[in-house]
Amino acid sequence: MKKALLAALLLSTSLTQANAAEIQWWHAMGGELGAKLEAIVADYNESQDEHTVVPTYKGTYPETMTAAIAAFRANEQPHIVQVFEVGTGTMMAAEGAVYPVYEVMADAGEEFDPANFLPSVVGYYTDTDGNMLSMPFNSSTPIVYYNKDVFAEAGLDPEQPPRTWEELEQFSQQIIESGAATCGFTSGWISWIHLENLSAWHNQPIGTMENGFGGLGTELTVNGDVQTRHWENLARWQQEGIFQYGGPVGGDDAPPKFYAQECAIYMNSSASRAGVVENATDFEVGYGMLPYYEDVEGAPQNSIIGGATLWVLQGKAEEDYAGVADFFSYLSSQEVQAKWHQETGYLPITQAAYDLGQEQGFYAENPGSDVSIEQITLNEPTENSKGLRFGNYVQIRTVIDEEFQALLAGSKTAEEALDAVVERGNELIREFEEING
Amino acid sequence: MIENRPLLKLTAHLVLIAGVALVAFPVYLAIIASTHGPTDFMSGVIPLLPGPHAVENYRQVLASGVSTSGIPPISLMMTNSLIMALTIAIGKIVISLLSAFAIVYFRFPFRALAFWAIFVTLMLPVEVRIVPTFQVVANLGMLNSYAGLSIPLIASATATFLFRQFFLTVPDELMEAARVDGAGPMKFFFDILLPLSRTNIAALFVILFIYGWNQYLWPLLITTSSDYYTVVMGIKRMADVADSYPQWNTVMATVVLAMLPPVLVVICMQRLFVKGLVETEK
Amino acid sequence: MQSKRTVFSNRALPYMLLAPQLAVTAIFFLWPAAQAFRQSFLREDAFGFSTQFVWFDNYMRLFQSASYLNSMAVTAVFATSVAVLSIVIALALAVAANGMIRSQQTYSTLIIWPYAVAPAVAGVMWWFMFNPTIGILSYLMRQAGYNWNHGLDGTDAMILVVIASSWKQISYNFLFFLAGLHAIPRSLTEAAAIDGAGPIKRFFTITLPLLSPTTFFLVVVNVVYAMFDTFAVIHATTEGGPNQATNILVYKVFDDGFIGLNLGSSAAQSVILMAIVTVFTFIQFRYIERRVEY
Repeated sequence: MKKALLAALLLSTSLTQANAAEIQWWHAMGGELGAKLEAIVADYNESQDEHTVVPTYKGTYPETMTAAIAAFRANEQPHIVQVFEVGTGTMMAAEGAVYPVYEVMADAGEEFDPANFLPSVVGYYTDTDGNMLSMPFNSSTPIVYYNKDVFAEAGLDPEQPPRTWEELEQFSQQIIESGAATCGFTSGWISWIHLENLSAWHNQPIGTMENGFGGLGTELTVNGDVQTRHWENLARWQQEGIFQYGGPVGGDDAPPKFYAQECAIYMNSSASRAGVVENATDFEVGYGMLPYYEDVEGAPQNSIIGGATLWVLQGKAEEDYAGVADFFSYLSSQEVQAKWHQETGYLPITQAAYDLGQEQGFYAENPGSDVSIEQITLNEPTENSKGLRFGNYVQIRTVIDEEFQALLAGSKTAEEALDAVVERGNELIREFEEING
Repeated sequence: MIENRPLLKLTAHLVLIAGVALVAFPVYLAIIASTHGPTDFMSGVIPLLPGPHAVENYRQVLASGVSTSGIPPISLMMTNSLIMALTIAIGKIVISLLSAFAIVYFRFPFRALAFWAIFVTLMLPVEVRIVPTFQVVANLGMLNSYAGLSIPLIASATATFLFRQFFLTVPDELMEAARVDGAGPMKFFFDILLPLSRTNIAALFVILFIYGWNQYLWPLLITTSSDYYTVVMGIKRMADVADSYPQWNTVMATVVLAMLPPVLVVICMQRLFVKGLVETEK
Repeated sequence: MQSKRTVFSNRALPYMLLAPQLAVTAIFFLWPAAQAFRQSFLREDAFGFSTQFVWFDNYMRLFQSASYLNSMAVTAVFATSVAVLSIVIALALAVAANGMIRSQQTYSTLIIWPYAVAPAVAGVMWWFMFNPTIGILSYLMRQAGYNWNHGLDGTDAMILVVIASSWKQISYNFLFFLAGLHAIPRSLTEAAAIDGAGPIKRFFTITLPLLSPTTFFLVVVNVVYAMFDTFAVIHATTEGGPNQATNILVYKVFDDGFIGLNLGSSAAQSVILMAIVTVFTFIQFRYIERRVEY
């Protein structure tokens, strides 16, 4: 009897599940992050029975974004799509396609106060009138991971990550000479870390008109002295074996080099923490801020965010958007955000989530887990360090990767490569301006 | 009589053995890799001898897939591939038989135009016009469906030509005899032409099955739901993982599973395969 | 055009028989081709909200663009290398196998099965073997003193995709060469042998010239294969990189259209490619027709 009742109960819940509005969410979180994202969605789906969120992994960030745009044109778009920060310019210009988050929340009568979010995070996604256009979900900033065991073996202080690029070079040489590892450092996301963040971290402009925040007429300026010097160094370090290239876009070959203890230092998103903790099982990991060039005035300034936000797309049934709003409230709730932040290494996007972490003693227990927050809030952001907003920036990222490869392959000098980035990038920005201006 | 030279013979054998090794080596490595654990690929060099994890790797990919890469169980993907391959192969054969029959056994206005319209498909491989074809299929609401996976690939100039050539060699007396017996065109088609074409159909089927199974770009674009993923396109998705290294053992298990059905078809039906290939010439 | 001397006389039936084929062709071939043509004169934003008619601007930009000219050069190198490599290896194997009596069948079976392997799968397998960190081939090359890195070195990447694409094509070429060799009358070779021509001389004076129609046909087929069917190899391995070193035309159409979202440019590239395929198809078709006449 009890069993039958249980069965009937199960049946009825599964029936209501089937009737619930399905909210499609396309995302780009593979691996460990994907597993954590799926867990959050499963919790949400269990917490209520009006809506079912269906997460679908669509590949890399650029793949996910372009798939969503192609699907939009074909009227097969998801409700929610995760778009990385450099797609912001393109999404903002597509006024008929996106349903701004502040409107989604207002139309659904959902309680929503943008002031709860960390300013350095939401600034990136807010229009000139102060309206939040997309929902910050996973924002990160690049940090340094290093192998404490290798540091100790090489006779370095395992508690002291390299502070400056000069130190990084010196540490790397010592590590290689001592035989503790065969390579000094590797890195994911060349464009994001070694050009965009490099510029912001040294308070150098990435583009004119406040890095593009000021309008579509902007132009890239990444061929300055600091950037050229850094790219020159990277090319030299690669020659000397100090640096190993991890590949274009996110740099898929970089993490294995670090996990296999081939490279002692590894630069990547603070959100790589989940993967690092999972995979670096044979050694102890230390965390540090990005290195800087000591002689550059104003460095270190503050780093900029990356990661992605959730954009709501137009053209779905009206009642579905209430579900989207409800899901967003759930996502930005203190508990969910704190858990997501603590497990993945993404920044806490609300002050409340950060405070909760403090209360729980998370940062005290996990040294290094707040490096990212410290780094992004190190100084009041300047025009050069509050982010960037360029049209066609997804394609410009490809250009940066291509020119960087040309640099490492020895077919271009740092100056030539960066000049080419500026020239080709400006062409793409002009094209975007022509079409959207 | 051509002289018998043992040295020449030996060289020929060596060349052939080297050739066989060349074609087999990548597959051998794939099979080996699929029998190891995930940590065996962290560093050093690929193992060259089998490891102990074959059963668990294959069980994992077949039954549960890799949800964090958006990969459903491989058994589902293989079923999708099978449905797609069979629909494409059978569909191509059916519509080509019908068109060739019409072109050879009837005279009607616009016959040449029809022939050329079919011929045009030879010139427009799907890769070349990929963006507009995607838009058409999307507008027809055929994304994420078996119809969308197969129908756009079903037109076939080559198969039509092959049947046309074959029908032209069928003796005219057969048709005249059928007409004398009062048989209509469709009766002639089913009772005489179809049985005669049996070998050609079988040979073509082998080639077209492989063609359908191995489709990559098309399923990659038009499936947004993992329910319709095919196994060949799924491999790429497994090999690309953010913030981690590829799980080469499961990737290679999938590689092995993805090539198994078409390779078996070729090996088991070698005679038909050779006939189909040499006669379709494309 | 040929048909039977006597034909059936139904009026509507032939159209009904042709209808499915023509419908699929019209909807999925002709219509998209027309769309590509139309789109190639337009400039549109990614989401399709604003459209401008720009005449031949997309084409002009293409021919002024360094990356498109690079892509053409890359395609030429790639297609030639794949055709040469796979034809030479296949010819050697076919000649060797043709001399075998009892073992010919076995060798054939062992050589032809890669035809059934999907290009994408072939790409992933070679990608694995050339992996700079764990790949066996890159390891061997490191031992030999060459630092293989297809992630940075354009030539290495090109070699990788050429090998992966050729590997799959050997089986196809092998079959055609073997069929071509079977068709050479034994009496010819025997006569030459009696005249004292050694095996190498016989190969170059008799076998190779007699195989030239087959070779010509295979060159066309292989070039077409390399230009259009290797998309999956590129996509599954180098994705056109590093620095566009393997960005062949057919990959660029996809990349600019789906990833770059530059639909006008992608459509213009489609139109150019269609023109190229048309030329190849005519060459191929003429060859088939001529063979039929023999």
